[in-house]
Amino acid sequence: MEIPYTVTARPDTGLWNAKVGIWLFLASEVMLFGGLFSAYVFLRLDAPPGAWPHGLLNVPVGMMNTIILIASSVTVVMAWASLKMRRFRAYWWYMLVTILCGVIFLAVKLVYEWPQKFEHFGVFIKKDALEKYEPYLGNHHLAEKGLAPRTEITGHLHNKGALKDEKVTEYEIALDPVNADPTNPAMDRPHFLYVPPTEKIATIEKEDVERFGMFTPDHNAYFASYFTITGLHGLHVLGGVIVFLYLWLPVGTKLYKRNPEHLANRVEVAGLFWHFVDLVWIFVFPLFYLL
Amino acid sequence: MNESHEHVMTETTGGATHDDHTAHDVSKHIRGYLIVGGTLLLFTGITVALSYVNFGTQKANVAVAMIVATFKAGLVAAIFMHLASEKRMIYRILIFTFFFVFGLFWLTYLAWYDPIVR
Repeated sequence: MEIPYTVTARPDTGLWNAKVGIWLFLASEVMLFGGLFSAYVFLRLDAPPGAWPHGLLNVPVGMMNTIILIASSVTVVMAWASLKMRRFRAYWWYMLVTILCGVIFLAVKLVYEWPQKFEHFGVFIKKDALEKYEPYLGNHHLAEKGLAPRTEITGHLHNKGALKDEKVTEYEIALDPVNADPTNPAMDRPHFLYVPPTEKIATIEKEDVERFGMFTPDHNAYFASYFTITGLHGLHVLGGVIVFLYLWLPVGTKLYKRNPEHLANRVEVAGLFWHFVDLVWIFVFPLFYLL
Repeated sequence: MNESHEHVMTETTGGATHDDHTAHDVSKHIRGYLIVGGTLLLFTGITVALSYVNFGTQKANVAVAMIVATFKAGLVAAIFMHLASEKRMIYRILIFTFFFVFGLFWLTYLAWYDPIVR
């Protein structure tokens, strides 16, 4: 069966069908991500002053991924333009670069960024024990400056056995710079260039801890929304890469010989999806990494 | 100039290529795509730089970052996604999306001032 209006415009819409299709799909995607972003806004606005984490993600790495995604948006539009101009060789190369950009983006997320978070540990101190851990929290200093207090101590957990063994009564944490030197004015608003935990070890008694855990989605609302939104976004990148691979491999490009315009339209539709994925990241990057 | 224009048009618009983007149009836009790509990269740097500036309150910093992000997203939508010159049908679809997404964030905003959840 011949699928109608793959290249020519349908008289009533003025468009070839796939273009209407992809825009309807993208409209639903806006609502999907819109729902998650509004949940983020709601959680963040509702957080007590100072509780929303800051400076926990690696900004140079996030910025690099942003640049990679923007570059891939340029190469995919160039791939489409090359097909329109019937320059197949150029199309092939631009598409290859686009696919590589997508793969690098995912690799950075899955091999570096996420695992690094799963290794990071934090404890929320009970209200009545905050004073005991003042050397790591620096709340007197913050109060003098009119800043919100800290309740969490973070870093790398040394005695991992403490997570499971109930007989172990304390956590030994190699402290993050913010807790190692809490009265340093540079830590008032923890900055973004990622600095690994220090050599300074703190011993926190379990009975003083309200909540604890690795930086996994269940650690707090920040990581819950971070992993949900970047996870869904990552799935979109993966989906885009799979479609681009199909359009780049011989199985997809054989269409070029039969009807180059049809292939150009397929690439345009896949490209529209890819630009949307880029557009979502443009909001994700500042919201989670910078603010 | 006119001659070469016509030449390209006849080569690409006959029959199957019933579209708003002819090969000639596309070649004219390539420079624009590269400029937009460069602008997006530049504004990524600006976003990072602005986050180091203290605008007084955290809300102000968020607002500034979101204005820059909206500008970048607008460029992607208008130029890369061709929304600056699309067919009317696409705009008709997107008006609904805009309306509902605005409603969604409006509800979030209202809920924040709701005495029950506050």
